Amino acid sequence: MTFQNSAELLSFHWVAYTIYAALIISVIAWFGYNLTRKDAKSVVRIPFYAYIAFLVAGGVGHHIFTYNAIPWVSQDIMRENITPDATYNFEIKDHKWIGLPKQIVVQCNQTIRFNVHSQDLVYGFGLFRQDGSLVMQMQVNPGSDVVNILNKNDILWTFRKNGVFDLTSTEYSGPAQYTEDGKDLMKVKNFVKVVGCQDGGAK
Amino acid sequence: MSFMQNLVNGTDFDHESLNALQKVTLRAVVMSFLFFGLVAIEGMIMRLVVTGPVNPLPEMFSHPEHYFSIMTVHPIVGIFGSTYQLVFAAFMFLVPFLTKKPLYSVKLANAVWILITVGTALAWIAAFVWQYAPLYTLYWPLPADTQQFSVIGGIVFIVGVALIMVGTLGFIYNIYATIFARVGVHKDKTTKELLISGFGIDGFLNLINKLRGKPPYTKEPALALPVVAIFRGTVDTFLDAIVILSAGVLVLVYLVFDASGHALDVTAINSLLYKNYFWWGLDLVADGLVLIYVAGSWYLLATLITGQKLFMENVARAALMLELLVSWMVWSHHLLADQGQPEMMKLISGEMVTAFELLTQGLALFITLVTLWKARPLKMTMELKYLLGGLVGFGLAVPAAIIQADMGMNRVLHNTQWIIMAHVHIALIVGLYMTLYSALYVLWPIVTNNTKMFSKKLSNVHFWMYLIGGIGMGAFGGMAGLDGMLRRHLYVHGEFNTLMILAAICGTMVLVAWAVFLFNIVMSVGIKGLIGIFLPAKDPSASYGIEPEVIAENHQV
Repeated sequence: MTFQNSAELLSFHWVAYTIYAALIISVIAWFGYNLTRKDAKSVVRIPFYAYIAFLVAGGVGHHIFTYNAIPWVSQDIMRENITPDATYNFEIKDHKWIGLPKQIVVQCNQTIRFNVHSQDLVYGFGLFRQDGSLVMQMQVNPGSDVVNILNKNDILWTFRKNGVFDLTSTEYSGPAQYTEDGKDLMKVKNFVKVVGCQDGGAK
Repeated sequence: MSFMQNLVNGTDFDHESLNALQKVTLRAVVMSFLFFGLVAIEGMIMRLVVTGPVNPLPEMFSHPEHYFSIMTVHPIVGIFGSTYQLVFAAFMFLVPFLTKKPLYSVKLANAVWILITVGTALAWIAAFVWQYAPLYTLYWPLPADTQQFSVIGGIVFIVGVALIMVGTLGFIYNIYATIFARVGVHKDKTTKELLISGFGIDGFLNLINKLRGKPPYTKEPALALPVVAIFRGTVDTFLDAIVILSAGVLVLVYLVFDASGHALDVTAINSLLYKNYFWWGLDLVADGLVLIYVAGSWYLLATLITGQKLFMENVARAALMLELLVSWMVWSHHLLADQGQPEMMKLISGEMVTAFELLTQGLALFITLVTLWKARPLKMTMELKYLLGGLVGFGLAVPAAIIQADMGMNRVLHNTQWIIMAHVHIALIVGLYMTLYSALYVLWPIVTNNTKMFSKKLSNVHFWMYLIGGIGMGAFGGMAGLDGMLRRHLYVHGEFNTLMILAAICGTMVLVAWAVFLFNIVMSVGIKGLIGIFLPAKDPSASYGIEPEVIAENHQV
């Protein structure tokens, strides 16, 4: 099982967590009901160590599952050794993007490096689909350090589906990001355009 | 009795019969619930703003300065003004109650609630008057950004937070001074014995000895298990207070220099290093303090409600010790979206150690459920209902966070409504507060000298509205997060309209539930009694003599 893009992952997550939520509420409700009954008997006997093993397996297995099913995890960890198809560098200052191209056109399955630097505050870098859902995001920390490690704000992303994505800051950096009537001054409409995927992509 | 008589005099509450410990406990409880009302109103304002054009509020609430000012004080009022006060009140009563020793200082306990109340009020005023709005995260250098925020507002805010932390340190001193006092049952105990017990080491050694076929290290641990949880959680409370205080001092220094016309260079502080330091401390509130205090509260409630010993008590003690290591090493899960954060720290601290919280909290859930199960049949009392509600809350909220504490998931969930609603709000509103309501119903007869609650029907109305509203608000907010709605962003055009309207309806249920609860309490103690709580106690006793076993008798069928 592999998720081709974040929309698939979010849909899967929605279903899986909803099932879990319904289950845990039902179990506690059933438990509460039976607490008051004299003749209530255990339906299942859960061995303590099996339960602990289940929790450990759940906690660790979750990461093993996502590492294998979500393609951007290993790509993120190994990004120093991956040569992207294109790199875009830009900066942020006073709630404004500096050096930003009007639109980036990406061919299907191309891997792009976004390298963002903040000159003042902590911002975020996030791409959003037209329905508002999140494609991906990262934090953008300001400042510099002598070994050039702590001020890294770069992300590699492989686009596997056609689409047009908006950009905005995903981290709060003060009310100056907005006009008085709530318009987001850091929002860039149609910033990334992905083309060339057959049948829309995910192939 | 007429409505007016009830309103003025309560049911049969006599504030003059209360001793000093009972009164100081109730004072903090009153302040806590008043702040809860404030935080619920603030929350509702924000919920309504993001419903977009259908929002019925005056336009000013949608202005970014106003909106983010509310967002800044909302957690300060909620976590410190309300939750801290309630937890501190309960523990400053419970430690003397469980150890059968007097509280170290009632004066200090009074200072604690006054300091936290004044501090919270100052922080709130800073946001209300000067619209100081760097949010509770205080990401550097935003709190020192005097181009966006007023210097005076910042100073007032930081002084307010500092007062809260000083009050917190007062609570910590009072708790440890009480636990380590060598009087009563601890007359012959050494500091070493109390320390070993406080950290849960005796439970761990008992387990080791059992595995090796040796007699237990101790048959009667020096401290009761809930006191161990309080002892252990208070370590994190202390570290958290130090971190927040020191961050406050840093901001204050920058603001004062700025006001004097000699602005300091904000780039002297590395933002990511600061984030690491701040989140290490702040996370101790969420992952150390809350989870440990809650686990201890569950154990206490389960034993008080059933009148039986806790199932697998040694394991529970050892788990509290394990949580010591876990809670200090999990902060990187807040930094999974920071690309400068070393990958190994993300992997070990952010993912793997964080996953152990599933184990420690799952263990607490299991032990509590089995303890209750072994004592069945039980009456479905209000305290039992709320306890089960609390278990549901954490059963939902902890996995919601563990899911996000993953490098893959974090890329699409970080800073969305998922974490703040499906995790934080359900953990606090449902998990923590339901647990605290359970404790309140258990302790009510003890703290109020058996005052009759005005209406059980109202208690039930509160329970169901609160439970459904709390879970519903968290769920709809969480769904909006999955749809891409950010948590620290202003939406005024109804972008996530449907889910936000549903969340607002559920939020209204929480607010109404609070009003119902408050009405029930006021009708029980009466306005005279409410005022009387704040008058000096005639009886200066700092302890309470009822044996815990008495409570259990009320729950047996």
